[in-house]
This record gives sequence, structure tokens and C-alpha cells, in this order.
Amino acid sequence: MAQRTLSSERRRAAWLLLSPMLVVLVAVAVWPLARTFYFSLTNATLVDMSEYRFVGLSNYLAYEGGRWYGVLSDPQWLAALRNTMIFVVVSVSLETILGILIALLLNAKFPGRGLMRAAMLVPWAIPTVVSAKMWSWMLNDQFGVINDMLMRLGLIGTPMAWLADPSLSMVSVIMVDVWKTTPFVALLVLAALQMVPKDCYEAAAVDGIGSAKVFFCVTLPLIAPALAVAVIFRLLDAMRMFDLVYVMTGATDATMTLSVFAQRELVDFQDVGYGSAASTLLFFIIALLTSLYVMTMRVGTSGSSR
Amino acid sequence: MRLIVARIGLAVACTALAAFLLFPLYYAVVTSLKSGSDLFRVSYWPRDVELTSYLRIWSEQNFALNILNSIIVAVCVVLISLALSVTAAFALSRVNFAGRKTLLFAILAISMFPQVAVLSGLFEVIRMLGLYNNLGSLVLSYMIFTLPFTVWVLTTFMRDLPVELEEAAIMDNLGPFAIIRHIFLPLMAPAMAATGLLAFIAAWNEFLFALTFTLSNEQRTVPVAIALITGASEYELPWGNIMAASVIVTVPLIVLVLVFQRRMVAGLTAGAVKG
Repeated sequence: MAQRTLSSERRRAAWLLLSPMLVVLVAVAVWPLARTFYFSLTNATLVDMSEYRFVGLSNYLAYEGGRWYGVLSDPQWLAALRNTMIFVVVSVSLETILGILIALLLNAKFPGRGLMRAAMLVPWAIPTVVSAKMWSWMLNDQFGVINDMLMRLGLIGTPMAWLADPSLSMVSVIMVDVWKTTPFVALLVLAALQMVPKDCYEAAAVDGIGSAKVFFCVTLPLIAPALAVAVIFRLLDAMRMFDLVYVMTGATDATMTLSVFAQRELVDFQDVGYGSAASTLLFFIIALLTSLYVMTMRVGTSGSSR
Repeated sequence: MRLIVARIGLAVACTALAAFLLFPLYYAVVTSLKSGSDLFRVSYWPRDVELTSYLRIWSEQNFALNILNSIIVAVCVVLISLALSVTAAFALSRVNFAGRKTLLFAILAISMFPQVAVLSGLFEVIRMLGLYNNLGSLVLSYMIFTLPFTVWVLTTFMRDLPVELEEAAIMDNLGPFAIIRHIFLPLMAPAMAATGLLAFIAAWNEFLFALTFTLSNEQRTVPVAIALITGASEYELPWGNIMAASVIVTVPLIVLVLVFQRRMVAGLTAGAVKG
């Protein structure tokens, strides 16, 4: 009896302890998200957000006078969707592969390993806006050091417009993202690598198995869970990417991401209805892709453990 | 022989990697020490050290105020999110109540929100509270990414502490606040330092909310100030000033990260390896 009252008292205390945190999260996340969904069905503007009319789904898609309107038919939004998908797939794949390679390199014992690991933290610690500025300067078409290096090495004959040329600007943005976040993936993979028991490798060595085979048959399955977590962190960040593109190339068609598009409609063009529709779509795209990813990962890991 | 070749290969790979990782920061330092037309001649090491850019950013940009703003915002964000999450983590890790798993999952889901998804709703909330163009708007809005993270990490950490710790305290009839203060806080200090530092960095670096919710240069934080440094025209960006400002805000951060290296990496990887 005393036990029961004690634990119910504890439960009541638990909700009391949770409530401040929950109130804040509702105020800054749950409620604003619900309001964004709601605003996407209105014609609200940033000038006066209390004055609006309900317009149904026309911010998303509407057919009027022989033409399609709405975010889903907006060529700039479609370009942003394509850019975001290219950015996500290319940058996350590169970061994963390079991250694994760097982690394997740093897992070897050699003098100066601690220094290398410290160097890895540097790009990660530099604020994104600052990295974007540093690289914008290095990639400057007239005075940039990258063009200078490549010309000295004879790899290019004339300076390249890394940020202005639409065929190169996405490459530049991806390169900077890879520079900045590969160390993060590498550190997570390295932590997992160090938890792989040594006897796994010893057994493989006794059996005379080649190192590539050891990696794919022993190491990779053992680090797979940590790798899956690192990849999902990266996927989420890449899908909502904003600052790098905003600072490096602005809202150009060649690099604009879904976040940049939504923020521009909402803040620069003051169109809360249209911007909220774009934000809502981004939210559901991310939710959908994340659940798909989690489901395939779950199927994958439960399949291999049997 | 093969060993020597492998050693050399390793050394070459490491040097190349270190150069790739560190060169942008090095080049920013080199650029920040140049002035005038020297800026537009590529050089790979500093020749005449000029501190003009470092002196200019204080007078031309009011950069000291931007730094102060960033510090105020980041410190408030860290203190508030740690205070809120330590009590929440106690409830989530040490008390068995219905809906605990659902709640943890919901908190994790919030950390996956894209920031623009809450932008218009948050705009309304901030205007309603009268916080537009005020640092308070940033402290409030940054909770959306720091709170889920600190709650999650501290919950994982607390869950691993032995049950016996509390039993004695419960026998002595201590309430939950006393238990948290006298028993958990001392044990949690390292974990709180690590998560606090990561939350500080996240708040220090944030750009989208800071760009949207502040208007005047007096309220801007460092990332927005750096992003918006402009010259006479788009083609005359004062690169010396930009690089000097970049170096000033980056160096303390790097020192901090390197000093707390072990703890930070542990904090970063805790969720990933255990989860």
C-alpha cells in the first residue's frame, strides 16, 4: 500500500518535472508547426498576420483560366526540389564513403594520430556561415586561391567561375558541405570501429582472409548500426540545408534548396500563405523520406541478424 | 619493405587530409593580415603583416556588439535548456510512467523538424510576445533544436546510473528536487558540460532564425553580421574585414573544442553508438 502511493506520487512528480520542458517545446515547435500548416491554407501576409482569408489548397495547386498555379506547379520550386535531391544524394554518399575511409585511416595506430583527430574537429567547429565565406573567397573567380592553384598545376587554362557558373555552383556547394561534415561522419564511424572486438580481426587473420573481405564481411556489419545513425543525421541536415547555399550562391536557380525557396517566399516576398505551403511540403517530404529510411534500415538489420 | 611502403602511404594520406581540413582556416588568416591591393594578389603565406582589417571591423561594423549579442544568446540558451532538461531527464529516465516511450519519441521527432517548417508559426508567436527584433526571440526559438538534444543525451546518461543511488535518498524521504540536486547534479556535471558546450556551439552558429527574427544591426548575432558584411557594391566585398571577423569568431570556438575534445566526441557519439 505504501509502495503504491509512493510510486503514484513519483508519477505525479514526474509530470511536474516534465511540464516546463513540455510547455516550451509546445510553444516553439508543436504550436508553430500547426500554425504553419494552417497558414498554408490562407492568403496571410507578413505585414499583418491576423488579416487573412481561407483559400483552401490553392497555395499548393490550383487551375484557373487555363493555367496551373501554386507551389507544386512553380518551376522555381521544382528546380529547388531537384537541387535539394541532387545535393542530398551526392553529398551524403560522398560524406559516408569518405567518412568510412578516414575513420579506417585514423583507426590505425601511428604517431600523431591525436593531432589528426584534433584537425578533424576544426571544419566541424567553424560556423557554417564562416565556412561559406571562407570558401566563397577561395573560390572567387578573379582572385581566388583555388583557381590560382589549379592554374599553377596546369589543370585548367583559364579561371573558372565556381560560384557564378550554373553548371559549377552546385559542385562548389557540395564540396564545401563535404569538407565541413565528413569529419562528423568519420568521428562517429571511428567511435564504432573502436568498439569492434580485436579477436574478430585476429580470427580473420588466422584464416588468411584478405583485408577488403574482412572489411565487407566483418567490419561493415559490426559498424552498420552506428553508420545508419550517422547517415540519418546527415540526411536530415542535408534535406533542410539553408545557410551554405544562402551565403555562397543566394537564391539562384542552379543551387536554391527547398528551405531557401520557402524562406524567400515567406520573408523577402512576405507571402506567408505561399511560403507556409512550401514549408509544409518540405516538412512532409522529410517526414516521408525519414520514415522510409528507418523502415528499410530496420528490415535490413533484422534480416542480417538472423 | 612492405611495411615501409605502407608507412609512407599512411603519412602521405594523413598530410594530404590535414592540409585539406586546415587550409581554408589558414588561408582566412593569411587574407585577414593583408590590406589594400595586396588582398587581390594570391599569396600562400603572410608577407607584410597588416592589422588594418582587424582594427576596421570594430569601427565599421560594430562587431563588438554582434559578439556580445551572440554570447548573451548562447549563454541564455545553454542555461535554460540545461535547467529544463535536467529535471525532464530525471522524470524520463528514473520514473516509470505511462506514455514515457511515446514522449521520448515525440521529442526525438521534434529534433528532425526542418527549421523553415515552423518559421511562419514562430513568427506569429514572437510577434505576439513582442519579441521581434529582440534577442529574446532567438533565445526562445533556439530551444527547438537545443532542448530535444539536451533532454535526449541527459536521459541516456541518467538511465545508466545505478538504482541504488536513489534508494537511500527515498528512504530518507527526500523529494525529487532534492534527489536531483544532491545526488544527480554532482554526477552529471561532466555530461552537462559536454552537452552544454554542444548546445552553445549550435546556438552560436545558428543562422536562419537569427536572419529572420532580427532586423537592425544592433540586434544581429555574429553569423548574420558576417553574412551581411557588404562593400560599396556586390563586386567590392571587403574580404579582409570578412576574413578578420571570421578568424575572430572561429579561433575561440576551435580552442574550446580542442580543450574539451574527448568529452565532446563522447557527447557526440553517445547517442549514435548506444542508440
